[in-house]
Amino acid sequence: MIWYIVRRLLQGIPVFFGSTFIIFSMVFLTPGNPVLRMFGDRTPAPEQIAALEAKFHLDQPFLTRYFLYLGDILQGNLGTTYAGQSVNEILARTFPTTLRLALLAVVIQLAVGVLAGLISGLRKGGLFDNVTLLVTLVIISMPVFVLAFVAQWIFGIQLGWFRPTVGAGAPWSDLLLPAIVLAGLNMAYVVRLTRASVIETSQNDFVRMAYGKGLSRGRVIPVHILRNSMIPVTTNLAADFGILIVGATVTEGIFNVPGVGNELFKAINRGDTPEIVSIVTILVIVYVLVNIAIDLLYGVLDPRIRYVK
Amino acid sequence: MTALEPLLSVEDLQVAFKTQDGFVPAVRGVSFDVYPGETIAIVGESGSGKSTTAHAIINLLPGSGRITGGKVLFEGRDLSKLSRHEMEGVRGKEIGLVPQDPMNSLNPVHRIGFQVEETIRANGLASSKREVRKRAVEVLKEAGLADADQRLRQFPHEFSGGMRQRVLIGIGLSSHPKLLIADEPTSALDVTVQKKILDHLESLTAERGTAVIFITHDLGLAAERAENLVVMHRGKIVESGPAREILQDPRHPYTQRLVAAAPSLASKRIQSAVTSGASLESAEVEGADASFDLVSVAERTADTAVADAPPVIEFREATKVFKIRTGGPRSIPFTAVDKVSFQVPRGSTMALVGESGSGKSTAAKLLLRLEDLTSGEILVEGKNVAELGKQELLKLRSRMQPVFQDPYGSLDPLHNIGNTIGEPLAVHNVGDLKSRKARVREVLDQVALPETVLTRYPNELSGGQRQRVAIARALALKPEIVVLDEAVSALDVLVQAQVLNLLADLQAELGLTYLFITHDLAVVRVIADYVTVMQKGMVVEQATVDEVFENPKTDYTRELLAAIPGAGIQLGA
Repeated sequence: MIWYIVRRLLQGIPVFFGSTFIIFSMVFLTPGNPVLRMFGDRTPAPEQIAALEAKFHLDQPFLTRYFLYLGDILQGNLGTTYAGQSVNEILARTFPTTLRLALLAVVIQLAVGVLAGLISGLRKGGLFDNVTLLVTLVIISMPVFVLAFVAQWIFGIQLGWFRPTVGAGAPWSDLLLPAIVLAGLNMAYVVRLTRASVIETSQNDFVRMAYGKGLSRGRVIPVHILRNSMIPVTTNLAADFGILIVGATVTEGIFNVPGVGNELFKAINRGDTPEIVSIVTILVIVYVLVNIAIDLLYGVLDPRIRYVK
Repeated sequence: MTALEPLLSVEDLQVAFKTQDGFVPAVRGVSFDVYPGETIAIVGESGSGKSTTAHAIINLLPGSGRITGGKVLFEGRDLSKLSRHEMEGVRGKEIGLVPQDPMNSLNPVHRIGFQVEETIRANGLASSKREVRKRAVEVLKEAGLADADQRLRQFPHEFSGGMRQRVLIGIGLSSHPKLLIADEPTSALDVTVQKKILDHLESLTAERGTAVIFITHDLGLAAERAENLVVMHRGKIVESGPAREILQDPRHPYTQRLVAAAPSLASKRIQSAVTSGASLESAEVEGADASFDLVSVAERTADTAVADAPPVIEFREATKVFKIRTGGPRSIPFTAVDKVSFQVPRGSTMALVGESGSGKSTAAKLLLRLEDLTSGEILVEGKNVAELGKQELLKLRSRMQPVFQDPYGSLDPLHNIGNTIGEPLAVHNVGDLKSRKARVREVLDQVALPETVLTRYPNELSGGQRQRVAIARALALKPEIVVLDEAVSALDVLVQAQVLNLLADLQAELGLTYLFITHDLAVVRVIADYVTVMQKGMVVEQATVDEVFENPKTDYTRELLAAIPGAGIQLGA
């Protein structure tokens, strides 16, 4: 077990270097000089440009810049944006909001998704099942931003149940609608996966044996059917997490959530290399850690899984 | 005792499965009685409705199954009319169940203790945490698991099949039910384990006076374990009565065929045929009988096999060591095949016998070079298999073909039968498209399958037909050696007899050499010339079939022989 965790963490190291390098070079290749962008419509004097370029090492060759940046990161300094803000500070301000949004989304996605999937699976072919399949199909076919705009328009503007955009301090009540939108796509997958998994588990001999040894339905369903069906659902959460991050960027932009995704969106528009690379790197690291955690959870859910070396 | 009331009385039971074309009957008017303390066996091949009948009694029919008529009277109550809640009270408490497949009947994610304890709690045998635990330990001890305290903390995958079945028997009997339904309780287990488990089950139920409904496809097993037999065929009872009477004097043609085909009984039959030479009348009752041919073919091949011809296959101290990974950075060595040596002369059959885990399948994989040897040599026609280059290996494989145990798993469900059989021909570039097609038809004919199966897919064929397809595929390249790894173990007795018969015919016709791997000595008797008995990777006995059966030298072999169900039953003839 310890070996397994150590090995997985070590595997994270090349992922870290790879992702920073790729993102760094991608931003490097984006056309346009970030110094000029800083000045907007004004044209700065050549000395000013040179000075700023020297300050941000923009006059250095690509590899030198990359290693200078790496050196900063390894000292725990995620760099400064071209506007002079510390990326550490930006993350400290925005990350908690995104974390709350993501948490809320995961809770909604699991609670609603697993319950709907369970009922669908147990009553396969029934009315509920058919309606669920249809609704999830619609959700899966829709891009996140369409879903976000439609939800914002219906629930935020027409019905007025929620505030259409998130206010100062991002209270939980304001985060609810973006979280539902964010949960939507993954939820559809969770429903379908749970349903398929419940149907498959129900056909196992041990379920028949559970009834055969005198257990009631109220015990067999949670303990023997649902419990076993959660294994594939959990594994899939790891992959879903990537979708969640992408969705967060879009959803945060639309609902004006002051989170990491929103900040990243703005940074990309500004061509702010240190900020983009730092945020994405942090997201990659979180993604790797979440995956390790879920793999470990998988071992708890299914005792047959052995972590060899 | 005065006029005993039956404990369970099944009256004109009808069960149907709902399909797209309406209801398809699976059980068509079945009636029988079970008296307190009595053991009856329901016998039939798969699809005969025997398991469906059992499941209908405790109302556990799979999804689309419905009881469409008749009554299931248990102590006067009609079980088919009970509500779900009432039925939950009967199951476990009054009627215990020991399921068919121990490997899949325990929930893999819960500890053994958890699964025993929930049964005890559900049936109200104990309530406080400590009492429940105490009772669970007792249950496992009664079921014959030593060190039950520690076992409770383990998971099902840490148990062998036999141990799992003991746990399931313990669970089934935990609340001292009046009736126990044992649905093929040991068909997934090795013969030796099977015998121990059944002996144990018998002593437990006898002690408590539990009535048992024993469901099996093995007539020998049924006759040995039950007082009364119910023989089912296509959802109907074709014959019922005292076990030995039915076995010695089967009246219905189907029962006669079952009796004739059961290899466990046929092994006795051969001996009597050899000694008296005139006791085959009962086998001939049903026209061209499978086992009759089997016997004669088996004898013929035994006679014609020339012992001093150079061996086609030779194992010289072949050894295979696997590295088993532990949690840490080290691995421990495990010797699966330990200095195994034997020779197989051309045109004969060598049976490799042993329990699961004895290394027999690994030996086959070594021969096919699906695994590499650790030390020793394997020679095929004098050439060392390990030294062959890629081209030579491909050539060798075209002359040495495998047939595996599971006909479901070894045929690609996405390829039709024609393509499946033709694939080896294509891989080895034999002939053109036209001649390949002709060859496919030819082998199909050899395994007695109609040409119409060519365009069908594996899921549209029965188990026996699939195994024939697997054999046809192996024969397509006109091999000289066929490696049969438990090739008939998954088949019903009647189909098994057909396939064995086919193999014997093909051997006589084409001069094939077989390496026949099985755990079932009864089958060995009818197909093999030589036997190598393996235990824990080592050869413990090697001899001709007759020697092994008449004069087994080691305890292990005697144990294997004694475990053949029904071996002790004398057939009238």
